[in-house]
Amino acid sequence: LSVPISYYLILSALLFGLGVAGFFFRRSAVSMLLSVELMLHAVSLTLVTFSHAFRELDGQVFGLFIIVIGAAHAVLGLAIAAAVFRSRAEFHANRSTGEEW
Amino acid sequence: MYQLFFFLFAAAAIGFGASMVAQRNPARGAMSLAGVAASLASLYLFLGAEFIAVVQLFHAVAIAVLFLIAIRTLGAGERGQDRRRGRSPRLGVPVLIVLAGILVSIVYHQVPAESTVRFGDFHGVTAGIGRRLFLQYLLPLQALPILILVAIIGMVAFVQRKPGSHA
Repeated sequence: LSVPISYYLILSALLFGLGVAGFFFRRSAVSMLLSVELMLHAVSLTLVTFSHAFRELDGQVFGLFIIVIGAAHAVLGLAIAAAVFRSRAEFHANRSTGEEW
Repeated sequence: MYQLFFFLFAAAAIGFGASMVAQRNPARGAMSLAGVAASLASLYLFLGAEFIAVVQLFHAVAIAVLFLIAIRTLGAGERGQDRRRGRSPRLGVPVLIVLAGILVSIVYHQVPAESTVRFGDFHGVTAGIGRRLFLQYLLPLQALPILILVAIIGMVAFVQRKPGSHA
């Protein structure tokens, strides 16, 4: 009737690996931001799992902090993406062919 | 029954995550990320973290809407089909599989098998979280608004910048 702690940790490790894969394999900046969000979610799951394992609430508090940091990250990342996208006509930093968004 | 639900939500999380990584359309990727977050929120309920679960749900929906608006505004949905291949999938996929295998084996060998999660085992009361936040973690809690303020100011500065100016 119960699930071992290690299953939760393995799930978290797999999600983190997926996030790393997305960050390295996707060329689109928006997809890379999404992958970083996935990694943040995976770490949050680990913290909450250990919070349960040690019967302490600190892990949940840090999970809350991670959620706030994830929101700030998404806002700033999207703003940078928008700024680069709009000024790309004269920017050409990445020798862009117009396909990486 | 409980195990069934765990594997259901775990499979949903992995499936949504894989679809997010495999997806060429960033808009569908954003929706998949919301799916991952919703599955994880259900798992948080099993871990006795009701408050985090609810916050996670709202955060996931908000982030998905933010990404969709940004993609729509940038017109990346049509343009951004991300046709080019990744940096080095031929090298990256084996490295990634090895990394995941190492992680899984470490977790499997280090965590004692008798430590299990049972529904209702541990009840993370919201009042307890609040007490920790305002007593033990007061400084990080007060630093977070500064972080959010910096993020808001940065967003406004980036978005308002004219394409030609370098200010």
